[in-house]
Amino acid sequence: MSHTPEIEVENSVSENAVLDVLEAEAIHVFRETAAAFRNPVLLYSIGKDSSVLLHLAIKAFAPAPIPMPVMHVDTTWKFTEMIAFRNRRAEELGLDLRIATNQDAVAEGVTPFTHGTHEYTRVMKTVALREGLDQYKFDAAIGGSRRDEERSRAKERIFSLREPGHRWDARKQRPEFWRTANTRLSEGQTMRAFPISNWTEMDVWNYIRRENIPIPELYFAKPRPVVERDGVLIMVDDERFPLRDGEQPEMRSVRFRTLGCYPLTGAVESEADDLDSLITEMGEAKMSERSGRLIDGEGSSSMEAKKAEGYF
Amino acid sequence: MTATLISATDSLQRAAEMQSAVLRMVACGSVDDGKSTLIGRLLVETDSVPIDQLEYARTTRRGGSTIPVGEIDYSLLTDGLEAEREQGITIDVAYRHLNLPSGRRVIIADAPGHEQYTRNMAVAASTADLAILLVDAARGLRPQTYRHLTVCALMGVKSIVVAINKMDLVGYEHATFEELAGGVRAAAARLGIDEVTAIPVSAVTGANVIDSDTEAMPWYHGPTAMDALMAWEPVDSDENAPFRLPVQLISRAEGNFRGYSGTIVSGTVRPGDVIAVADSGQTATVDRIVTGDGDVEAATLGQTVTITLDREVDITRGDLLSAAGEGQAQPADRFAADLVWTGEEPLAHGRSYLLYVGPKVVPATVTSVRHRLDVVTGNHDAARLLKMNDIGRVELATDSPIPLDEYDMCRDTGGFLLVDRVTSDTVAAGLTRHAMRRAFNVTPHDYAVDREARQRLKGHPPRVVWMTGLSGSGKSTIADATVAMLHAQGVHTYVLDGDNVRTGLNRDLGFTPEDRAENVRRVAEVAKLMADAGLVVIVALVSPYRSDRRAAKDIFENDEFIEVFVDTPLAVAQERDPKGLYRKAAAGQIPNMTGVGQEYEAPENPDVKLDGTSDVAGSAETLARAILGETD
Repeated sequence: MSHTPEIEVENSVSENAVLDVLEAEAIHVFRETAAAFRNPVLLYSIGKDSSVLLHLAIKAFAPAPIPMPVMHVDTTWKFTEMIAFRNRRAEELGLDLRIATNQDAVAEGVTPFTHGTHEYTRVMKTVALREGLDQYKFDAAIGGSRRDEERSRAKERIFSLREPGHRWDARKQRPEFWRTANTRLSEGQTMRAFPISNWTEMDVWNYIRRENIPIPELYFAKPRPVVERDGVLIMVDDERFPLRDGEQPEMRSVRFRTLGCYPLTGAVESEADDLDSLITEMGEAKMSERSGRLIDGEGSSSMEAKKAEGYF
Repeated sequence: MTATLISATDSLQRAAEMQSAVLRMVACGSVDDGKSTLIGRLLVETDSVPIDQLEYARTTRRGGSTIPVGEIDYSLLTDGLEAEREQGITIDVAYRHLNLPSGRRVIIADAPGHEQYTRNMAVAASTADLAILLVDAARGLRPQTYRHLTVCALMGVKSIVVAINKMDLVGYEHATFEELAGGVRAAAARLGIDEVTAIPVSAVTGANVIDSDTEAMPWYHGPTAMDALMAWEPVDSDENAPFRLPVQLISRAEGNFRGYSGTIVSGTVRPGDVIAVADSGQTATVDRIVTGDGDVEAATLGQTVTITLDREVDITRGDLLSAAGEGQAQPADRFAADLVWTGEEPLAHGRSYLLYVGPKVVPATVTSVRHRLDVVTGNHDAARLLKMNDIGRVELATDSPIPLDEYDMCRDTGGFLLVDRVTSDTVAAGLTRHAMRRAFNVTPHDYAVDREARQRLKGHPPRVVWMTGLSGSGKSTIADATVAMLHAQGVHTYVLDGDNVRTGLNRDLGFTPEDRAENVRRVAEVAKLMADAGLVVIVALVSPYRSDRRAAKDIFENDEFIEVFVDTPLAVAQERDPKGLYRKAAAGQIPNMTGVGQEYEAPENPDVKLDGTSDVAGSAETLARAILGETD
């Protein structure tokens, strides 16, 4: 290396080349999971990351079809638009779609309004996921988690092991060398695989733009009925939303940075109604992606605590 | 598929850009060295930290922190080791991402630096192109500095940036920097790393991290830490590197489509190329190279493809597609390798593990430990086993031949995992150094008349009786007497005598440790054929090394092999000196004489121990009984 203080700064590396590397890494993980496990499943949560996963799966196995079923953990509180989008994509792509819902909890009347976010998440997401995986005897589940999402995710493996009962045990996580994965499972163990671990949120958006990947309209700004609670804008998506005294939904131009259960997903005021303006706006804001979610709670250890219970 | 066809030029151009688009970097050092602060600064200065996390680093303070509230405590951004301990969060490799002004992505593998985390360090280094190694200027070069350099060298990290940190605490002394930088350069050179850049920095003040601090260190004219990351270029990919593609899955689709999917880990492939299935030696010609973006006319290192061939070839997941002829990967079933032991249970001799190399899985056994590496001094220590975080050189046997490459040629086809069959834990990462025995694509043929049939005819099971001892200990004499006894009882025997074998089969071998290993190996293989034919084979061979004898034993069934130690004191053997060898050795004519110029490693638990100074007939009877006692 030369000892010259003047280093030329130029855009010598294209964004596309970075995306090519990330895409290749993801495709490698997809293929490994499809081939090494007996009964793998692709977890699909309808959002932008899931949309990217679906697209990567198509590319990984082309010209063959996606060789595994797709499962959605449906809490019954997703945005109406999300469910419509899910059903449309499943039909267009000929997906083998499975839906996991905690029907017992629905019957018991568990809602985000009555049970607190932590308990609601545990019952409707974590338990529903566990039951869905058990019902179909899936031994590996591909998910869209990324290391940049949240600080404790920075240590997540690409192949993340779950003990019997889908429990995540920090000490059992396997060291990951090179591209070689230890995909062997002992009795009761299952695997989670994260093909887009090394992607940033911006990579996801740039890739969606480059590859023309369909995503739900909710990501783009448009006038929507919202109420403001504790400084967070919540969209009143259906008649189940219990309005407080004096609360009146008002139309504001908003979009969503992440998609989940509508009563727990904060909207962002925005005018960005297409990908280019969205990406520009994102570049200016620079808040943590999960800051708009109401379920993660305080401190980075809360994600580990949730994972220990079987949360994705 | 659509008819999209991407030209060779476009495809290779795209692949070349991929090579330099992402820099994988390992950060070595502990919180005490200021690693968290240095990485934190790089993240902030490249705009890679969300503002809410930045706010957290401005307002939160750990006990003992002297940084005023409102300023950024950079170390908080990377979840330092202390914080992880306090919160009970696992201490582990963390991955972070930043974009350099050039657009290049840096993936930082942040590895904890303490001794007990050697395996984490090895994980982080296994994919790294470059390492940033922190040295605390106030404390100088410490054991962990050498440990980090050794692990980086072992795992194939080509380029090292040494940040001599805390220059503010040593008065920005030029001499201090030069002394430490010189020490690191010398150590790196010994390990075979020549690309070393040393930079004096202060992570706390920011000096020479992003911008040069010419006020504090006017004597320094080199790059800053950021400059060094910017200046990194990938090692020119060798255009002649042999093609390698481990097959991850067989792709079947409409229209009789059958393709082999995987990531190219070495070399380049084009339609029309003749390739080999390294595992079976079969060859075929590449027809199409299919990708998610259409067919390509060439594909190279790092690209994920699906290859179709011009003819039906038997290929399964885990097979290695390879250049044919020159550069063809060769299967073998004995290897010398370095292991980084990651399992909580130590390495167990003779236990069968599963060896994973890419998508390939094959049972494998560690047949001997040659030495353990002292990662601080570089010394090779004698060792019998490896424990967690140990690194050592071993010999390894696989149940069936596999085409492992040397690690330094290709990380993906030369690096492997050992997995425990019961717990499924990854107990070691292995780096193939060289193959010890090529398999030449020989497939054993199953014959109708097998060893059981021969045993019925002979009336006794086959045995291999391995007699080891000093030259002149009495092996041949006892063997001769034993065979006479057995023969009289109708047992079919044969003696493989070291001296006799060396006049024919092994006349090309000398007496160096390497030649002795090969001598033992060949004799063991011959004994195996004879045992297969139904004979009781008595091997009379000095075979001074434990590892060689263990390797010999490993090719037999457990009860088939009897190790016999003919225990005769060296003085007695020298006195006997039936072939005059000890006299020649004493005269300096035989440097490799066992017991004189070379060590004799006595068996620790022989199946039979004979006193070589007692009466021969008695010893022969003891041995014959041991053989028959198990055969009755």
